[in-house]
Amino acid sequence: MGESINLFFDAYFSWLIPTDWESPGYILTALIQAVLIIHVPAVGALIFIWMERKVSGRIQDRLGPTRVGGKFGWLQTLADGLKLITKEDLTPGKADVMLFKLAPYLSFAASFAALLALPFATGWVGQHTNVAVFFVLAVLGLEVFGVILAGWASGSKWSLFGAMREAAQVVSYEVPIGLCVIVPVMICGTMDLVTISNMQAGWFTNWLIFHDPFTSLVFWIYFTCAIASVNRAPFDLAEAESELVAGFHTEYSGLRWSIFFMAEYGSMYVVSALATILFFGGWNGPIPIFHLIGWAYDAAGEPIRLTGWIANLFGCANLILKAVVGVTVMIWVRWTLPRLRIDQVITTCWKYCVPLVSFLFCGVLLWSTLDWPSPNNIVPHQARSEVREGWAYDSPSAVVESPLEQPEGDEIETAQADSGGSA
Amino acid sequence: MVMLAGWHFALFLLFAVLACVFAFLVLFTSNIVRMAFYLTLALGATAGLFMLAGAHFVGAMQLMIYVGGTLVLLIFGVMLTAQEGFVTMKTRGGDWVLAVAAGGSLLFLLIVAAMYMPGADEAAAAQQVLTEADTHVTTQLGLALVGTRIDRLTETDETLRQGLSGYLLPFEIVSVHLLVVLVGAAYLARARRHGDATR
Repeated sequence: MGESINLFFDAYFSWLIPTDWESPGYILTALIQAVLIIHVPAVGALIFIWMERKVSGRIQDRLGPTRVGGKFGWLQTLADGLKLITKEDLTPGKADVMLFKLAPYLSFAASFAALLALPFATGWVGQHTNVAVFFVLAVLGLEVFGVILAGWASGSKWSLFGAMREAAQVVSYEVPIGLCVIVPVMICGTMDLVTISNMQAGWFTNWLIFHDPFTSLVFWIYFTCAIASVNRAPFDLAEAESELVAGFHTEYSGLRWSIFFMAEYGSMYVVSALATILFFGGWNGPIPIFHLIGWAYDAAGEPIRLTGWIANLFGCANLILKAVVGVTVMIWVRWTLPRLRIDQVITTCWKYCVPLVSFLFCGVLLWSTLDWPSPNNIVPHQARSEVREGWAYDSPSAVVESPLEQPEGDEIETAQADSGGSA
Repeated sequence: MVMLAGWHFALFLLFAVLACVFAFLVLFTSNIVRMAFYLTLALGATAGLFMLAGAHFVGAMQLMIYVGGTLVLLIFGVMLTAQEGFVTMKTRGGDWVLAVAAGGSLLFLLIVAAMYMPGADEAAAAQQVLTEADTHVTTQLGLALVGTRIDRLTETDETLRQGLSGYLLPFEIVSVHLLVVLVGAAYLARARRHGDATR
């Protein structure tokens, strides 16, 4: 059955798959992808804000929203949105008007752009790049820009204080978060998120969090730093409402204010999805159903077929489910722990997270170098290096046949032709 | 010109115009925070150009170091010292002459270097070969940075093969070294209370 389904799919949809820059489907595909991606932070925020209200309600022993749109208050966020749209768009007299108005969009653009390189399944990624981990971290670091500019441009002391705290906090936490992310990158030997996830395909024992005890601990440090870097409680010093009114968004009202929150929930999703891909196998579930029936893609770059598409659809749902669990834990933490002081936040970063993660990094290094036993090796889906080298060479066999020559001058062209021919 | 049609060229044009416009806005604004903001956008557009050229690592590096690192620190510094006299900068005539002379000679140098680059005026096929050659070199470099030397797979001597560990360790040592320097700088620059020296 799979065969005929795939033939049908090829006949009708192959024009949509861009082969080069000139193909007519190129811009259409790009637009479809951009629209799909922008819906992740936009629709995600609707659901996460509803979830935040429900979870906080349950934690505080009340029901949360119950009226708008049925028994569970499903449409509460939409009602909030309508209310925010009708609010007056105020600009303080002392504000730098242009920067004040642009700052929310800058924040949102940063959290949205990180999703460009974040894959949803094999081949389902806005822009497949082999430095995706690095790109996501770089772009997430830009979100602080919107906050700093908002704080400065508001012309208010509360906002400025909030922005300064945020700047100090985010710049500090980029160090441990970078060190945490290096660990899976080191184990997998690639910064390509699609490859990292595919290297964890198979049973859940292949997830990197089970690679060794050090990696499991690294995940918790990553998660702590991720909460801090997206500016959530207990690290939400920038908006500390008990001391700074509302911090950097004190002077904002209406829709501009809500765009900041769309950005915040968007980046919560991004860091959770990144954690899922780096430590929890991404779209590779606890039970490899689609690998067992042979529908799933083995590596990026396989020709597109409908069975693989269906496997991807479920993989995508799997990834989003895991990421939403991560977001739920962040909400849970917010309503459980009290807010830290600014000096405690910086202490947590520099005196605990950085030394700990450096130690764990050495531990993982030792574990991998000495090749100590790891649950990852119980039921290996596929030789890890085989998945990884898939993108470096045309095919794994090409390595054996024609090892790369020193590419100098004229030899390059022939080397290209050789490897192309053997594939 | 290599290719005057296609989406690639259109996108190149878009990012190039964005980068130039915001670079000029940096020049013609007197408010220092706005300058930093325009510089962010100009550098972001440059990162877009790198990405478009297929140099994803350089593009991400551009975003991480220049936009995310340097500029955040710049704005942070401005906020800490935000006195009226520092926020708006007035440029005098002499400064303009100096800046145009220095910047113009750099621009001239870059244009000359770009024009003399081999393959700058050849057909698109030659460009393709150049790009692929480049990709191979950067792939090896990147893999060497994470510890795999695929450029030395032909090495037959067993003893030498053992030593080919890539650049991961030196890279990490350098970064940890930099971290130590940063912590040291923070220690030296911390505010000391009176009487601390006696303790």
